[in-house]
Amino acid sequence: MLTVNKRGHPILEAEASIPYELAYGPTWHRFFEELKQEKIFGTRCPKCERVLVPARTFCPRCFVDMGQWVQVSNAGTVANWAICNLAFFGAPFKPPFITSLIKLDGADNTFFHLVGGFDLEDVNLVGRIMKRGVRVEAVWERTKKGCIFDIKYFEPL
Amino acid sequence: MTRPVAIVGVGQTKPGDRSEVTYPDLVREAVQAVFHDSGIDPDDIESVIFGSMPSMMEGVAMNHFYLADALRGVGKTFMRTETCGTTGISLAFSGYYSVASGFADLVLVVASEKVNEGDAQATMSTVAEPFYQRPFAAGAPGMYAMLPNEWMWKHDIEEDACRDAAATLSVDHHRDAVRNPCAHIRREFTLEEVKSAPVVVYPIRLLDVCPTSDGACAVIFASERIAKKMRQKPAWIKGIGFRGDEYVVGDSDRVESHCATDAAREAYEMAGITRPLEELDVAELYNPFTFVEMLHMESFGFCEPGTATARVLNGTFSREGTLPCGPSGGVLCTNPIGATALIRVAEIVLQVTGRAGDHQVPGVKLGLAHGLGGVNQFNGVMILGSEL
Repeated sequence: MLTVNKRGHPILEAEASIPYELAYGPTWHRFFEELKQEKIFGTRCPKCERVLVPARTFCPRCFVDMGQWVQVSNAGTVANWAICNLAFFGAPFKPPFITSLIKLDGADNTFFHLVGGFDLEDVNLVGRIMKRGVRVEAVWERTKKGCIFDIKYFEPL
Repeated sequence: MTRPVAIVGVGQTKPGDRSEVTYPDLVREAVQAVFHDSGIDPDDIESVIFGSMPSMMEGVAMNHFYLADALRGVGKTFMRTETCGTTGISLAFSGYYSVASGFADLVLVVASEKVNEGDAQATMSTVAEPFYQRPFAAGAPGMYAMLPNEWMWKHDIEEDACRDAAATLSVDHHRDAVRNPCAHIRREFTLEEVKSAPVVVYPIRLLDVCPTSDGACAVIFASERIAKKMRQKPAWIKGIGFRGDEYVVGDSDRVESHCATDAAREAYEMAGITRPLEELDVAELYNPFTFVEMLHMESFGFCEPGTATARVLNGTFSREGTLPCGPSGGVLCTNPIGATALIRVAEIVLQVTGRAGDHQVPGVKLGLAHGLGGVNQFNGVMILGSEL
């Protein structure tokens, strides 16, 4: 339909909404089945011996099949974090929220998730709590759906 | 054995909110400009290479079909190149190799974006896979806030000094953009205005972030035989380098990024550059965020790791400094995303040929253009010079 934008120029309002069926494959499938049991799994590369979370089918560096499944800890240390004040189209959470790279005990890389469980609107509180190296532990949703949100967030200990 | 390659013409649109024209009309503006600039007959172009951001952002899938007429692509060899933020530099690579390989003598390379027509940050989030990373991606700023944080921790950089340096870059780039008729945001800001702007994702504030720009850029690559017959001085491609990194954020170091360092090293080797700070006369870094520009100054060997803050504060990279970075105002003031890295190339062409007008840096012979894509996952570098 012909309408005008905020600058008064004529525009067509259009939308493309497309449903997808994105295959989990066996590795994601098992990872999320384990997540439903409140267990976080990585896989170990037989060549470089790194344990990467989430579990992978192959090592991105060595290009060999990952063999061994390794359960890592539900706790770890904050390696990096950012507090986001902006809402994005389709974003699953309302700002403010803290995204973080967390070094889980037993893993050789960092795990991307939220840190929460305290008042994120309180800037001073966030400043006091959120530091590099702070210990955090996974807080789980009661009802599991087999997706990354089965972990609600990681809470500072 | 490759052949020498030159760039013999550049064309840019007036960027900004260009909702008064259709997408093809915007692209045509850049294409007309490059033919006007070079004096080349469009019939002599053998090959056209085009790129933009992903279809999701354009609203029209695989828009090279839609734009073929505006690109004067009918009856020519036609190719699309698309690598997200690095699209423009990947296009420059495609143009370079088309000529260097002997495939063509004249290649038209065009990049474009109408960012205002879609939702850039939503598109950026969908670049992340949906199982694990996408929900946390928070557009580009969320990911790009973590890099300066890690950089400061790693090198014990004082937060206030880093904040001051980033604000200095913002003030300098905005001041430079006023001189560039092809910049989008042409307005000066003070240090205090930058430092008190609203926080987007800490430590990134609104004036540390690029604008939402519509725009297009066109460049013509030519063989030596044709370049030497041109009425105006060509810019010669002296070196190129491109590297990718691993996909999953958290697997590799994105601060001391090997892909950025290696891309630059490859380009320097080809160009015979051993001391970039002294040998380069100008650089156009891909800087959608002030803080991240400092990481690349280090990755590209302009200064030692952890020292960019001090170097920015002492003016090394300002317009009057040892190595002016972003005299066009940079990505910080103009970001039609798919076109942005090609604009870096076009700006270096203007600088090394002495045609940059009011934003010309005096005496430029050698310059560096940079493109960045993903979460510092892809880096491309092109070195251009005034002499063959």
